[in-house]
Amino acid sequence: MSETSAFIIIVAAIFTNNILLSNFLGMCSFLVCSRQIGTALGLGAAVIFVMTCTTVLNYGIYYGVLVKDAPLCSADLTFLAFIIFIAVIAAFVQFVEMFVERFSPKLYYALGIFLPLITVNCAILGAALFMIIRKYSFWQSLGYGFGAGVGWALAILLIAGLRKKMGYSRVPKPFQGVSIAMIITGVMAMTFMGFAGMVSIQ
Amino acid sequence: MIYLIAIGVFAGLLLALAALIAVAERVLVNYGICNVDINAGERPLDVDGGQTLLSALYTNKLFIPSACGGKGSCGFCKVTVLEGGGPVLPTETPYLSRKEVRSGLRLACQVKIRQNIRIRVPDDMLNVKMFTASVAGTREVTHDIKEIRFALHDPPEISHRPGQYVQVQAPSPDGPVFRAYSISSPTYEKNEVELNVRLVPNGIGSTYLHNLKEGDPVTFTGPYGEFVLNEDPAVEIICVGGGCGMAPMKNIIYSLYSRWPDRQCWLFFGCRSARDVFYLQEFQALARKHPSFHVFYALSDPVGPQEQWDGEAGFIHLSVDKHLEAGVRRQAFLCGPPPMIEAVTRVLAEKGLRPQDIFYDKF
Repeated sequence: MSETSAFIIIVAAIFTNNILLSNFLGMCSFLVCSRQIGTALGLGAAVIFVMTCTTVLNYGIYYGVLVKDAPLCSADLTFLAFIIFIAVIAAFVQFVEMFVERFSPKLYYALGIFLPLITVNCAILGAALFMIIRKYSFWQSLGYGFGAGVGWALAILLIAGLRKKMGYSRVPKPFQGVSIAMIITGVMAMTFMGFAGMVSIQ
Repeated sequence: MIYLIAIGVFAGLLLALAALIAVAERVLVNYGICNVDINAGERPLDVDGGQTLLSALYTNKLFIPSACGGKGSCGFCKVTVLEGGGPVLPTETPYLSRKEVRSGLRLACQVKIRQNIRIRVPDDMLNVKMFTASVAGTREVTHDIKEIRFALHDPPEISHRPGQYVQVQAPSPDGPVFRAYSISSPTYEKNEVELNVRLVPNGIGSTYLHNLKEGDPVTFTGPYGEFVLNEDPAVEIICVGGGCGMAPMKNIIYSLYSRWPDRQCWLFFGCRSARDVFYLQEFQALARKHPSFHVFYALSDPVGPQEQWDGEAGFIHLSVDKHLEAGVRRQAFLCGPPPMIEAVTRVLAEKGLRPQDIFYDKF
């Protein structure tokens, strides 16, 4: 288990190890929903929330049930991690959808179809898997889940801003649309490499 | 051993998640009783909140047309929501034009009832009923078109206008679907509904209907459709059909001659070849009885060496152009494939018909 404090992990997950820009996870919704700043913000907020909660939930299930000699089941069931994580994420998103629909119809309509889309956002599963690979403690996992969510939201907000600004520039025809967005993502990933010396997590 | 434990743990976790969701659904998706106001107080309904508008209307025997069964993939279940429907959802926008959105039109299967809601539906739709019936008889009229008659049981009578249609419920792997078919039996036959069904390869509705045998039970809703026959006997009626688009016009013609025996009426029907021709003898007999009825069938393909044909040749809009004189007051009903409808509409406009007097069923 690494000794890094949870706060450092948050900062690192946002800047140096941004889940989108350094691991390229969650690209599909990133490219599709980054045309407007409003939707990008809504989706980003939803991802932060869902990622934080599912990372914690999956931490509990992994170390409570799946690992060898866990409190609830002594057998080594780590090979089930993938499918269980997916099921937990899907169920949690369903739950959040119902909750938001009930208590904040405004937010529900604003998020609209994006909320169910988060289920298939690979960054969410990616965060849970990194938590296992890097052997984080509970607080580190919480920090990582939150930080990775914020990092993803930051990235989609930045590209939404850039794409909006790009509306005024003349993009050559073959590069219009998604292709220029991919190029921008690459450039953004390179600029984020400038943070690399700040902190580093495995 | 490890396999059993793995299966047990996996199943247990999934069950726990499912139970959690089920409980959450019970507690969270519960909006109490909501009031649905239809056409300003004409039929107030109290329904359980949380369900879609379409299913709430269905359980209260108000049958909005819907072909996909509420999946949001056909775009038929349009109703006007005046108040309490929430904003238009992204799942609806593909089926609504900007004008329709402005006038408050929504897809009933996507609107969830969360509060009291005020809607407006066409008056015709309040008369729509669900019928249980059984197959009274089937007859093959061409190689791929079957005439199917249903004897009505509950309710025992249907009152419809000529040109209207019903939606037949057909089973499919993903639950029942509805398919629209025009009523071909005349309006005075109140205990029966007759349809002309062309077999579409791999079609869910037509395959189901073609496989029905005498006595089989069927369920359908209806009647739907906005066509209103002009009541002025001086106005000529023009019916133009193509392919299998015969049913509504057969209904119109027989209903019309039972009421106005001397009214002028023209039927033009376009087929590919002689084996696609149907109902010609029936209509020729009717024309002998009523001299004011004129019937023309045309074949678009060249007549084959073995075939006998003494009718028109070429596309049907050419026959329309040839036989009709301009400047007579007329109402037209067209039924057939889109290119035919477009060609015939153009010809009829040249003959002086106003757009509002041309009604069509495109398929």
